[in-house]
Amino acid sequence: MTTIPLRQMQKGQSGSIKAVKATGELGRRIREMGLVPGTQVTICGKAPLRDPVALRVLNTTLTLRNSEADHIQVEVQ
Amino acid sequence: MNTQITMALAGNPNAGKTTLFNTLTGARQHVGNYPGITVDHKEGRTRFNSREIIITDLPGTYSMTAYSAEELVARDYLVKQKPDVVVNIVDASNLERNLYLTCQFLELGVPLVIALNMMDVAQDRGIDIKVDKLSQLLGVPVVPIIARSGKGKDELLETVIAVAENSGQSQATSCTITYGEDIDQSRQELVEIIENNKFLTNTYPAGYAAIKYLENDDQILEVGRAAHTQIAAQLEAIVEKVSKHTLKTLEVYPEAIIADHRYGYIKSIVRQGVITQKFDSDRLYLSDKIDKVLTNRLIGPLAMLGVIFGLYHITFSWSEIPVGWLENGFAWLGDLVEKHMADGLLKSMVISGVIDGVGGVLGFVPLIMLMFFGIAVLEDSGYLARIAYMMDRIFRIFGLHGSSVMPFIVSGGIAGGCAVPGVMATRTLRSPKERMATLLTAPFMNCGAKIPVLALLIGAFFSENEAMYMFIFTLLAWVVALLAAKLLRSTVLRGEPTPFVMELPPYRFPTLRGLLIHTWERTWQYIKKAGTVILGISILLWALMTFPGVPDQETAGFEVKRQAIMNTATPEVAAEIESDAPELSENALALKSELLSIDNAESEAALRHSFAGRIGTTLEPISEAAGFDWRTNIALVGGFAAKEVIVSTLGTAYSMGEVDVEESRSLGQRLQNDPGWNKVSAVAALVFIMFYAPCFVTVVCIARESNWKWAAFSMGFNTVFAFSLATIVYQLGTFLNLG
Repeated sequence: MTTIPLRQMQKGQSGSIKAVKATGELGRRIREMGLVPGTQVTICGKAPLRDPVALRVLNTTLTLRNSEADHIQVEVQ
Repeated sequence: MNTQITMALAGNPNAGKTTLFNTLTGARQHVGNYPGITVDHKEGRTRFNSREIIITDLPGTYSMTAYSAEELVARDYLVKQKPDVVVNIVDASNLERNLYLTCQFLELGVPLVIALNMMDVAQDRGIDIKVDKLSQLLGVPVVPIIARSGKGKDELLETVIAVAENSGQSQATSCTITYGEDIDQSRQELVEIIENNKFLTNTYPAGYAAIKYLENDDQILEVGRAAHTQIAAQLEAIVEKVSKHTLKTLEVYPEAIIADHRYGYIKSIVRQGVITQKFDSDRLYLSDKIDKVLTNRLIGPLAMLGVIFGLYHITFSWSEIPVGWLENGFAWLGDLVEKHMADGLLKSMVISGVIDGVGGVLGFVPLIMLMFFGIAVLEDSGYLARIAYMMDRIFRIFGLHGSSVMPFIVSGGIAGGCAVPGVMATRTLRSPKERMATLLTAPFMNCGAKIPVLALLIGAFFSENEAMYMFIFTLLAWVVALLAAKLLRSTVLRGEPTPFVMELPPYRFPTLRGLLIHTWERTWQYIKKAGTVILGISILLWALMTFPGVPDQETAGFEVKRQAIMNTATPEVAAEIESDAPELSENALALKSELLSIDNAESEAALRHSFAGRIGTTLEPISEAAGFDWRTNIALVGGFAAKEVIVSTLGTAYSMGEVDVEESRSLGQRLQNDPGWNKVSAVAALVFIMFYAPCFVTVVCIARESNWKWAAFSMGFNTVFAFSLATIVYQLGTFLNLG
């Protein structure tokens, strides 16, 4: 079990959100989409230009920019 | 007992809200202002059990913060209009995330009914939901529905009526969410102060205002300060104290704790046997499989270009036949009037002003309909979101947001949109700077009104490869718009980028009904504009081009020349011409063509002398640099009122300038044969038309979305910018002799 920033996760890798460091608007937006501590995420792909990243969260697919994924710490196996 | 019930429809984007709205109201709906985005209230009616229900479709939101204009619209509607019932549409296949918004309705304490949509999809995914249990735990009625097929619709309306009738008696159950010791304690303190002072309690319930204070909600803070400075300061002090505390102990602000606890509350409900997962949730759904291909590194962008180009091809080739019918129809109508009406000003007005003007615009309806239909397919299927996802990296370079794609596409990024809804679609963008940059550059796109002009000029000068050239001009619009956006974002609109957290909705087969409603709404707007504004302008322009007419002296001059020619003719030939014989001898034909050239010169003189001609001629010394003569100038001035007017004005200008040209010849052919036009001047005109001042309606919208200063800026900036580009094209093209 290690904790890494979401950006460093590989395609297909899963984990559980440990902490969301973002504040203000970005923080609100991230949380309202269900990215809160304890939520399971799986990286399901990256855009053709490697950014943004697409994740599967609570049965939906979300997209985040890499710079935004930096704020999310994920515990991975 | 009042028989009318007001009901608001709220929910997450992509939860099926619009589908439910269409299912409930059918054709009885009124779209306030502009479709493409539901920021303005959509209202519809339905009757059920002899009760009239007025349904308002609120914009889709994930939350109720003061985070975007849409969320504010939804929230303000709920607190100010106080609808009898709020129907919260919840996607059953994505329950947890959808319930986050529900939590906030519970906090707000509105009379709530939950419509649990897409039960079929949930079942397919092996998700089994105990509806009764969910209803019991949340303390609100829950009705399972399938919005697409209308299943459960009657039960939903029954529940709505029941809730509306009871809303006076049983107050909505108070929300039972707890937010942890620190927050709950501060919340209690805030509630006490709020209740004791009746602070904003007319608008917001005390508990709700307290939560919003803890969330540091800008709008409420502002309203609070305006209402009572001292109490507001007192409340803010409490929030600051707890913020410091949570920051020290947990390294987060209270709003993060509140969000975490809302999700905690949702998880606790869901885990009490509401959801049973029958099979593995990580199963690869069809939608993900499609994404594997359509957002693939190599295939994705190619597929995207293919989709856009395909849309073009279909639109242009399929619309050819009905467009031809309409053109012939209007030509026939013109002929009819020509034959049966007495000569004079009225006839001239009917043919040149009304029929040519409106016909030129309505002739493009089939094309615009097909284009809107195509856009609706992309929108409803979920593919547009993928375009935003794939394009974000590029858009960010220009200081924009992946979501800028929507306004750009609606404005005509896929040609055929309209800058008016496009400008309004910028409301979804949260950063004021990215929004302004999008707002100002979206009108550069090739809107549906520019399409007739583009189609006319491309058809006339590049007919060998029409679709290809349309595509090139669309790409050009994108390149120019993006560069202009970058220019704005690094000068007048400098600033940090905003978050790109977005949902990729699962692919869905669009419903035919939804597509038709979508297409019809947009096409109807175009027709309405054509039928009203354009007709008025067309007549006004006819007047501008007819009056005050040629001075008597010059008319006499033309008459003298005519007489001189007739005097050279033998009596037989003169008699032949007077007799209007169908077959003329060679001599008579030669004479007739001489007379015709004098007629043409006279008509041209008439137009030159008209008000419009005077404006055009005055501008000619300047516009010559870009290859525009006075006729084009008149059309371009008219185009400021609405771009499609350019076509009708050119039509009027040329049909009046060249008397007795065969009626069947289309305007395109006329331009082709005109010595003043060639490929280079056509491209220069296209470039200018694409980028100069947006039409008046768009300018008004820009002003409404920002202010008149920006609206004036967009007119001035765009015109100077477009003229510079057109001049470069014309001078360079002429120099290289490309014409």
